Amino acid sequence: MKIRTLKRHFVEAFKSMGRNGWMSFASISAVTVTLLLVSVFLAILLNINYIASQIEDDVQIRAYIERTEKPERYDAYKQELEKLGKVKTVEYQSKEEGLDELIESLGDEGEAFSSLKNENPLRDAFIIYTEKPQDTAAVAKEVEKFKFVNKVEYGQGTVEKLFKVTDVARNVGIVLVLGLVFTAMFLISNTIKLTIVTRRREIEIMKLVGATNGFIRWPFFIEGFALGVAGAILPIVVITVGYQAIFDIVNQKLGTVFIELLPVTPLIPQLALLMILIGGVIGVWGSLTSVRKFLKI
Amino acid sequence: MIEMVDVWKTYPNGVMALNGIDVYIEKGEFVYVVGPSGAGKSTFIKCMYREEKPTQGSIIINGTNLAKVKERQIPKVRRKIGVIFQDFKLLPRLTVYENVAFALEVIEESPKVIRERVMEVLDLVKLKNKARMFPDELSGGEQQRVSIARSIVNHPPVVIADEPTGNLDPETAWEIMDIFKEINARGTTVVMATHNKEIVNTITKRVIAIEGGRIVRDEAKGDYGYED
Repeated sequence: MKIRTLKRHFVEAFKSMGRNGWMSFASISAVTVTLLLVSVFLAILLNINYIASQIEDDVQIRAYIERTEKPERYDAYKQELEKLGKVKTVEYQSKEEGLDELIESLGDEGEAFSSLKNENPLRDAFIIYTEKPQDTAAVAKEVEKFKFVNKVEYGQGTVEKLFKVTDVARNVGIVLVLGLVFTAMFLISNTIKLTIVTRRREIEIMKLVGATNGFIRWPFFIEGFALGVAGAILPIVVITVGYQAIFDIVNQKLGTVFIELLPVTPLIPQLALLMILIGGVIGVWGSLTSVRKFLKI
Repeated sequence: MIEMVDVWKTYPNGVMALNGIDVYIEKGEFVYVVGPSGAGKSTFIKCMYREEKPTQGSIIINGTNLAKVKERQIPKVRRKIGVIFQDFKLLPRLTVYENVAFALEVIEESPKVIRERVMEVLDLVKLKNKARMFPDELSGGEQQRVSIARSIVNHPPVVIADEPTGNLDPETAWEIMDIFKEINARGTTVVMATHNKEIVNTITKRVIAIEGGRIVRDEAKGDYGYED
C-alpha cells in the first residue's frame, strides 16, 4: 500500500465519522458508559487489593522468650527461627522496647503504664514476618514448638478472619471487573456492528468497483479504533478528577489511620492507558468482525 | 477481446441459467444482449464481470480466464471492466466526485491524476457542476451518468451494462445512450443487456438474443425481435 492510500484511508475514516454523526455518537457513548464503569470498578478493585495488602503486611508473629533463657543465646535462637521455611525476617525486641511500643500505641492512656517501667511484666520477644501473610498461622505453629519460646501471639482467630475478608473482597472485585469488561465488549461491538450493517450495500458496491478487501477494511479499522479511543476520553477525565478528589479527602481525614489509598501516579496514568487500549481494541475488533461478514461477495 | 467457450452455469438450487454459450466479441464492438426475463441474460452479464463463476467453460476477457481466476485476483479483473447497473449502485454517503474518484483510489492513482481524470469524465457526462452533490440529490438519469463516469474513469477496455436504462424515462434513456455511443466511439467495447426495444431498433448494432440459456440469434445489424 502506498503512503497516499493510507492517507486516503484516514481521511475517508474521519469523513465517514462526520457524515454518520449520530451513529458515531451512539458508538462513542456506548464505549464511554462502559469504560466509565470499568475504570471506576478497576480503581476500587486495585485499592481494595492495596489496602488488603497493607493490612496483611501488618500481621506479625510475636514469639515470647522464656524468662529462664540467657540473652547470650538469643542470637543462636534467632538463627534457628530464620532457618524455618516461609519466614521472611526475624527481629529481636527486648521487653523494654516492647513496653515503649505498647505505651506509644495506646496514646494518652499509655501514660498509666509508664510506672511499669521499673517492674516490666513483658518478656523479650522475636517478631517474625512471614514471606506470605497467609502462612502466618502455619509458621506460628512451628515457632511454638521451640523450647525457648514461652508463648506465640499472632492475633489468633482474627488473622484467619481478616484473610477470609480480604480474599472475598478481591474475588468479588475481579469477578465484577471481568463481568463488566465482557458486557462492555458485547455492547460496544453490537453498536459498531449496527453502524456497519447499514453499510452492507456500500461494501458490495466497493467490491464491484474493484476494491480489494484490505482497501475496504482499512477505513473501517481506523474508524473503529478512533471511535473506541474517543469513547475513552470522558472516562479518563472523570477518573482523573474524581480520583484526585477522593484521594485528597481520604488522606486528609483518614491519613492518620493506617489506611492509605494508591497514589494518583502511577495509578491514573496506567488506568488511562488501559482505557485507551481497551477502547481501541474493542472498537477495532467490533468493526472488523462485522466487516468480515460482508466481504465475501 | 471477449471470448466465451462452452459456458455452462447451474445455480446451487438447480436452475440451469446458461447451457453452452459460445460467443466472440471483437475489440471496439457494441453488442446488445436481449431476451425474455429469466432467459439467462443477467447470468450471462454477471459472468462477464465475475460476479458469478461459470460451472463449466472458459470466459476470456482482456486475456484473463475469468473461470479460473482466483478469489484474490477478482478485484484486479474488475478494474479492467467498467460495470453499469440498472439501480446505479452509487455509494450513498459519497459525493458525485468521490464516487467517481473511488474507482481510481482503489488502483492507488495519485491525487493529481485523480482530480484531472474525474473532472474529465464528469465533463463528458455533463455533471461537472454537480460534483459536490450526493446521489440522493440527483435525478435517476443524473445518477446513471455518475455511474457511467465511474465505470469509464480508469479507461477500461470493456464496459458492461445491465439494463442501464431500465429505471429511466424514455427521454433520459436516449441521453444515456448518447453517452454509450460516445464511449464506444472512443474505442471501448460495450456489452449491454436491455429490454428497450426502441433503442435496439433505432441505434442498430450487433444483437445477441438469449433464450433458455442458449444464444438463439446473433446478428451484426440486428433488431430487438420481441413484442414487448
